[in-house]
Amino acid sequence: MRNIHSLVLLCLAVSLTSAGCKKEGAANSNEILIGEYASMTGNTSAFGTSSDKGLQLAFEQINAAGGVLGKKIKVILADDRSDANEANTAVQKLINGDGVVAVIGEVASKRSLAGASVCEKYKVPMLSPASTNPAVTVDNGRTKPYVFRICFTDEFQGRINGRFAAEQGWKKIAMLTNVEEDYSKGLGSNFQKTYETGEHHIVANESYRNSDRDFKAQLRKIKDANPDAIYVPGYYTEVKLLLPQARELGLNVPFFGGDGWDSPETLALDAAQGQFYSDHYAAEDPRPEVQEFVNAYQAKYKETPDAMAVLGYDAARVMADAIKRAGKVDREAIRDALSKTKDFPGASGTITIDESHNARKPIVVLQIQDRKAKLFKTYPFE
Amino acid sequence: MDKLVDQLIIGLSVGATYALIALGYTMVYGVLRLINFAHGDVYMVGAVVGYYVAHAMVRAGEPIWLTITAVIAAAVICCAILGFLIEYLAYRPLRNRPRLVALITAIGVSLLLENLFQLNVIFGPTPRSFPPEIRAALGKRFDLLSLGVSLVLMVVLTWVVKRTRTGLALRAVSYRFDTAMLMGVNTNRIISFTFMFGSALAAVAGVLDAIRYDVRPLMGILPGLKAFIAAVLGGIGNIPGALVGGILIGVVETLLKGYLKSEYTGYADAVSFVILILILLVRPSGLLGRPEREKV
Amino acid sequence: MAGSEPQPRLAPPALPSWVANLIIVAILAVLWPLNSVLEKNLNPYYLQILVIIGINIILATSLNLINGITGQFSLGHAGFMALGGYVAAVLFKHYQPSGSAAILFFLGMLLFGGIVAATAGLLIGIPTLRLRGDYLAIATLGFGEIIGIVINNTEHIGPFLVGGASGLHGIPAYTNFFWVYSWVVICVVCVWRIVHSTRGKAFLAVREDEIAAAATGVDTAYQKVIAFLIGAFFAGVAGALSAMWFSDLDPGSFGFIRSIEIVVMVVLGGSGSITGVILAAIVLTYLPERLRILHDWRMVIYSLLLILMMLLRPEGLLGRRELWWTRRRLRSASAAAEPST
Repeated sequence: MRNIHSLVLLCLAVSLTSAGCKKEGAANSNEILIGEYASMTGNTSAFGTSSDKGLQLAFEQINAAGGVLGKKIKVILADDRSDANEANTAVQKLINGDGVVAVIGEVASKRSLAGASVCEKYKVPMLSPASTNPAVTVDNGRTKPYVFRICFTDEFQGRINGRFAAEQGWKKIAMLTNVEEDYSKGLGSNFQKTYETGEHHIVANESYRNSDRDFKAQLRKIKDANPDAIYVPGYYTEVKLLLPQARELGLNVPFFGGDGWDSPETLALDAAQGQFYSDHYAAEDPRPEVQEFVNAYQAKYKETPDAMAVLGYDAARVMADAIKRAGKVDREAIRDALSKTKDFPGASGTITIDESHNARKPIVVLQIQDRKAKLFKTYPFE
Repeated sequence: MDKLVDQLIIGLSVGATYALIALGYTMVYGVLRLINFAHGDVYMVGAVVGYYVAHAMVRAGEPIWLTITAVIAAAVICCAILGFLIEYLAYRPLRNRPRLVALITAIGVSLLLENLFQLNVIFGPTPRSFPPEIRAALGKRFDLLSLGVSLVLMVVLTWVVKRTRTGLALRAVSYRFDTAMLMGVNTNRIISFTFMFGSALAAVAGVLDAIRYDVRPLMGILPGLKAFIAAVLGGIGNIPGALVGGILIGVVETLLKGYLKSEYTGYADAVSFVILILILLVRPSGLLGRPEREKV
Repeated sequence: MAGSEPQPRLAPPALPSWVANLIIVAILAVLWPLNSVLEKNLNPYYLQILVIIGINIILATSLNLINGITGQFSLGHAGFMALGGYVAAVLFKHYQPSGSAAILFFLGMLLFGGIVAATAGLLIGIPTLRLRGDYLAIATLGFGEIIGIVINNTEHIGPFLVGGASGLHGIPAYTNFFWVYSWVVICVVCVWRIVHSTRGKAFLAVREDEIAAAATGVDTAYQKVIAFLIGAFFAGVAGALSAMWFSDLDPGSFGFIRSIEIVVMVVLGGSGSITGVILAAIVLTYLPERLRILHDWRMVIYSLLLILMMLLRPEGLLGRRELWWTRRRLRSASAAAEPST
């Protein structure tokens, strides 16, 4: 038994000392090291793995075309186990352990906040593909210098959803939000602020949790309130369950939601036909970026991409573009280039980064018809 | 009133599923005094097996009724085998060790199943659905159908336990393990049977819930926990107790969700835990159980 | 003749207590400059790992007191950590003290977080007194989950911001290496002294056979509750330290899985062995960081480890021995225990 202790202690000592010295951030100079932190395991692993797939596809394509500034991009992935403290450690590792020049991540706002504080501290540019809480880039009115995102905020999307509802002539709306998700709560509250004026009323405000699979209780209460339409700003994982349940209860009013609906499973549902959701792009958009992306993703992964995948893809490409524009593999230069991103042709829309480091891009409202998402209306950024 | 009836039917249906899973917990606890933490995950495995079979057969164009039968049969068989293996490999070697050792092992098996099935090579983290054709074929009142199936299975179990020799042996082993052994009961075989039967019931519950909702690798955690609470509520080790407990928990939970103010629905899950703690404090032997005296 | 041989000792010779205390103060004194040195020279990533190791040592040692030494199988330890962390963080964010008052406030919050957690330990320990083994495990699991669910659903308590499911962010970061390892020293010394005291014997008696212990006059109820209280206190302190290191609190971090991770450390190290559990905490914090390549498989490996440990070596790496006990000492100790002829 003595031998085992000694062995363990020895191994520990050796690896600790060999790795304990401060890293200079020098990598193989033929490579550009980019860090990615995502929830590859844990409760939200579905979203992390999805955005990772999009990101890996993008960098593969970029490297195949020669890389950036003559160098190949190497992605170092750090799993944050769907936990904010782990995200902090993951980003620490990427920055101080691996010496990456920039970081891409995360999907969940609370983990992006954790990663952002580390990136700000060590002055490393961070690009979030899909976090929508305004606090990720802006802290009490002050824009964080090193944090950016390529998606729109809950504020923008919720506001547009509110306008859409009003324009559709719906006077009474019922809301069904996920209390455990920032995204859902954020969209909900911003929707409410925009929509609830004058003759527009929220007649029911129900909620559910991540672990819920049965929504009939809430749907029944909504049905009793007799709304013109129902707003469900949640993720497809719940939406695909609750739409058929609503149908079963005889709730036949229109449903609408945000980009969290985006998934091939949602489109395939009978109960989803005719419903609306806002998104970054329409898959049938003839723009070459979109078509190339969808085809390439299908070829590589044998499945249709969802919203996280396209955002991961675009985040990677925007980062690569920023490095190119920066002209050198330097954190400050990349940061500056990111802040100057203008009209980048992303698959998820034409991306311009504004003074708050958020993406300025139009939002589309799609309607599901024939199991496809058809463009219903476009709202430019404002 | 109409609403109440609807909520009750949903509650009964949800409760029946909990009862199916709870039966597995209660039977195993009865014979081994072990909380089989991994039981909820066996339910998940049943759903996953059913998922693969369903998609394969629908893709091959087989008739729906054949598919459904094959799905249930495959899930039941695979889970029965899984249940047997878990007992044989992980619990049997620890039969004579302190119960806590077996409990920790059970937790380990549960975590193992949950995480294995999250690997992309096995199933992956993304939730996936059964082919819609199956739900469509089963018709509108799926709730009543699944309630019916669950009740039939419970009747079968009760018959087995009360009217067959195996059932008699099972009751003997639950009552007094050592004495049953001395009386010539092949305890190992009975225990294996218990695990296999319980796992088969969980498999059916898994397939039903998978058709009702979808398949996800962590789908067994919450239903498993609630079914366990149901088993404790009814009296762990007591088979009718599992039934009563399951239905009660299902109905209470559904009614709470239906009638509580919206901001409090988040606490509906906490209620199950509160029920658990109350029962453990007030009447640990459960509603239908007999208090056990700890012998020195 | 009995007593003619010197009795072999099962522990290092007991130091006179003033010497021991002096050594402890010396260690603490060294930690302060060490902290500055590390902050300047050690890669921040590795410093973070050291801090996390320290926090895990406190968690594992405190759980060891409850599970390993007193034999009360508690599966809700992460709940105590959550309480300590949230109490400290909520108050800190609300009052935003600055300057030298901040350090005092920080220390006060550590203690207060520990005390709140200890109170919860009391509230959990008392009602569950009558529960045995697996029932106790489930009840503590239930309590842990309830704490998590309540925090998840609480946005505000009166004027205090709690954050609910979005978590709490921007917590002032006052924790550093010195504070964490000072508390490691305090916790380990406390637990060590308790174990080697009369009360410790009572704890061990409760673990070995509760009914026999009660029959010999041990107030088992009281001892069990005390064990919960002390264990919960340190878990609360660990939670507060953690909250003020990461500056973020995610209610999802404190569920069943977290409790299990701590249980695995106690089980791996050997329930009842203080040094074993410390070793296990170090190994189980450090290895997953090093082996990030296997991130998909991390939990699979964990669970296999748990199963294999229980099947092959349920007493853990060190069982009930401490790091320096050798076979030779034990053998001669048991020989001396036999009646001499």
